[in-house]
Amino acid sequence: MAQVVGPALGPSLTAPSSIGRVSWAWVGVVPFFVFAIMFLIVPTGFLAVGGFRDSQGHFTLRNLVDLFEPTILSSYLISVKISAASAIGGAVVGFALAYAAVAGGLPAWVRPTLMTFSGVASNFAGVPLAFAFLATLGRTGLVTALLSQIFGFDLYSTGFNLLSFAGLALTYMYFQIPLMVLIIAPAIDGLKREWREASANLGASAWQYWRYIALPVLWPPLLGATLLLFANAFGAVATAYALTGSSLNIVTLVLYAQIRGDVLHNQNLGYALALGMIFMTGMSNAVYIWLRGRSERWLR
Amino acid sequence: MPDDAGGRQPAEIGGAEPGTPFLEIDNLQKKFAQTTAVEHVQLKVTRGEFVSLLGPSGCGKTTTLRMIAGFEAPSSGAIRVDGVDITHRPPHQRHVGMVFQSYALFPNMTVGENIGFGLRVAKKPVADIKRRVDEMLDLIKLPALKGRYPYQLSGGQQQRVALARALAIQPQLLLLDEPLSALDAKIRVVLRNEIRSIQRTLGITTIYVTHDQEEALSLSDRIVVMNNGRVEQVGTPFEIYNFPRTSFVASFVGTLNVLRGQVADPAGGKIVVDGQEVIAARGLERTHAGDACSVALRPEVVSFGEAASDGNRMHGTVEEVNFLGSVVRIRVRFKDNAISLDTFNNPRLALPQRGQTLTVSFPREAVLALEAPSST
Amino acid sequence: MKRNRLGPWLIMLAGALYFFVPLLGTFEFSLRYLRGVYSFEAYRIVLADPRFGATLTYSTVLAVATIIGGVVLVVPTAYWIQLRTPKLRPLVEFITLLPLVIPAIVLVFGYLRIYNSASVLPLTGSERTTDLLLMFSYMTLALPYMYRAVDTGLRAIDVRTLTEAAHSLGAGWPTILFRVILPNVRVAVLSGAFLTFAIVIGEFTMASLLDRPAFGPYLQLMGANRAYEPSALAVISFAITWACMGLLQVFAGRTPGQLPAAH
Repeated sequence: MAQVVGPALGPSLTAPSSIGRVSWAWVGVVPFFVFAIMFLIVPTGFLAVGGFRDSQGHFTLRNLVDLFEPTILSSYLISVKISAASAIGGAVVGFALAYAAVAGGLPAWVRPTLMTFSGVASNFAGVPLAFAFLATLGRTGLVTALLSQIFGFDLYSTGFNLLSFAGLALTYMYFQIPLMVLIIAPAIDGLKREWREASANLGASAWQYWRYIALPVLWPPLLGATLLLFANAFGAVATAYALTGSSLNIVTLVLYAQIRGDVLHNQNLGYALALGMIFMTGMSNAVYIWLRGRSERWLR
Repeated sequence: MPDDAGGRQPAEIGGAEPGTPFLEIDNLQKKFAQTTAVEHVQLKVTRGEFVSLLGPSGCGKTTTLRMIAGFEAPSSGAIRVDGVDITHRPPHQRHVGMVFQSYALFPNMTVGENIGFGLRVAKKPVADIKRRVDEMLDLIKLPALKGRYPYQLSGGQQQRVALARALAIQPQLLLLDEPLSALDAKIRVVLRNEIRSIQRTLGITTIYVTHDQEEALSLSDRIVVMNNGRVEQVGTPFEIYNFPRTSFVASFVGTLNVLRGQVADPAGGKIVVDGQEVIAARGLERTHAGDACSVALRPEVVSFGEAASDGNRMHGTVEEVNFLGSVVRIRVRFKDNAISLDTFNNPRLALPQRGQTLTVSFPREAVLALEAPSST
Repeated sequence: MKRNRLGPWLIMLAGALYFFVPLLGTFEFSLRYLRGVYSFEAYRIVLADPRFGATLTYSTVLAVATIIGGVVLVVPTAYWIQLRTPKLRPLVEFITLLPLVIPAIVLVFGYLRIYNSASVLPLTGSERTTDLLLMFSYMTLALPYMYRAVDTGLRAIDVRTLTEAAHSLGAGWPTILFRVILPNVRVAVLSGAFLTFAIVIGEFTMASLLDRPAFGPYLQLMGANRAYEPSALAVISFAITWACMGLLQVFAGRTPGQLPAAH
């Protein structure tokens, strides 16, 4: 077979590797790695290391201990609660939607439409989303007004307030639900129709099918997706900032304030705060990957 | 064999009165939005019989099977098992066992749990389930695989487990939907014989869907040949192969030589093909002289060399000689027509050469008159 | 099997309501500027505001720069990985997933500490260099999506075989890259581009902490100070995002290999 030598980049692909050629093979990915180091690895590493240092630059665990100090700890707890609430809520609703579209026997156009809207809606985060919910469920919002005009029901008298824990969780669910739909739809696809039929054929009712087959097969992807949603909510800033200002003391907003103006009066504590965040999101993703590996083994 | 709580025993072959249909499919029809998938399907199956539904993709055989299983609702018609009309019963109440083309083993359960699933769902005692599962594993000869998961099994093993799972509940009917089509050719032959022997041992009435005519021919007591949603012919393998009633059946089952010519003498069964006379023992009675017609010949009825005096003889040229191992296939061309003949490989006989002239002969009874232009 | 379709339809209906009602509410709210009557007054005010045009332009320019930067970084890398160093693939894929794990606020925090005026690479030293830093930040944010789009696109066209075929027919590297690879990857690149555009236009955290006049911080500022204009802005913002995602769907649907009867 004719070997063609290209102009500047050395011998063709089919030539066997030799010591002298190893350096060529790395050339192409160098820009990428430089970029990754500069803008991903080093910044994160810097913060992580900084969390273990005091103001003189010596190694210390003091910052980590300080993370458990009441105000900071409570901010983590609130973040965890909101993220968990919106993740679980988003997971349940998202799963119901995805299942209805994928396996619910609906017309063929429903699923692609749902996927498209989910793709669009999962990007509706941030400031515009906060505005949208303010306009809908705020004190003078459309739904609030409709509820009082049509049903005589005063939403705010029940203690509901959009600018609160529940309101933020509800707002978060607007992008959590579509994200769940996008993540879980392939897993539902993996639930083969023949399993349903085989189980019915063997005498199982719908409930028995779910209990013995569908849920056992689905719970790793379900849990994994919920964790992804959790991590997603945990790191969100803009929506909360635009909706609640600084009235809700979540970690990302504390960090925001810290970056702006060192409100903690301790640079290194700020680093520890960031480290704590990375830990939360990192763990969630790690468990997600582990769960995904587990379920893939079965579903070959 | 232990009987289940319902008191139904697996029947022995011929145990019931012969002729009493165990499964009756009565004028079944299935329409989807634009198409009619199944039409006028009528079938009576006796207890313990092994019946194949044979046909190309899209002929309606799988749809028919799924209607028996309850996964599709017929547009009209009825299905009766042992006298009971089950046409509108939901699938989980029909007590039929189905083996799917893709095996459909539950991935989160071991082999043992898969096989025992139907019994567990029926809330049988644990000891009974265990006993039955072990029995089934012995039946399919895979006792060592009890604790394995489906993804650890080969295709052939999965298929046997699927069979065991369907049989574990002692169903009244066994339905198989192209169970072997995903497997290698060699395994297919081994497995299909195993399926047949298990079926014989248990005496269970079986409907087997396939597009592989060799499978259908070798396994079945009777074959139902289907095409475009309709039944073309029902008969034993012998009948289907040797006496096909339509040109579709003739061409779908086995290989076929088709000769096109003109009718010369309807009463005497004479036709003219490429200027040569051919006599058919039957089938041309209702034609007229001058009609175009087609007749078919199986390759094995054609021989070369000297032949019986009252047989047909045609002269042609050898176009191709294919050595297929135990069989040698010789293609002989006349003018517009050509036929293939099969002869056993015999190292001591010289084979004809390409370009050689050759006389072929075949008996009159072997000439099958086909209907006027078939759709193929 | 007969199925009860009522449940699934009800769920879809509930989902549709939850999706559309806030959009409707926003739109309705944005029309309320003039007391007692619906009008587009809020929109008029917003569009007349010079800061609207300025920040939107800024973000658009930045988005385009990010897209170009992303393509320049990702396409050769993905190509190289597929062709020359497939062993590095898991590492590269892991890296491209990092921006999804590490929150944006943490990243920008890191940038501010490392690239400030006192460091070796003082990217925050001037406005232009800060813009550059913001662009790199956005490239990082878009990296997962861009890489996955391009990688999928490359995989669909079996790069290795194409390159070898082109080689054996006498083509050199530039020809291969521009005539063979790039046209087939164009669709994937476009879909990555639209997603990047949507991300950049709406982004708040990084732009705000780096103190740049982008569209996101402008939106937030309006929200803090005005009543009806924010809704109008939200509607405009949604429309832009929709347009991007819609175009993305159009292009994502056309995978390479399904190009209309090419000559």
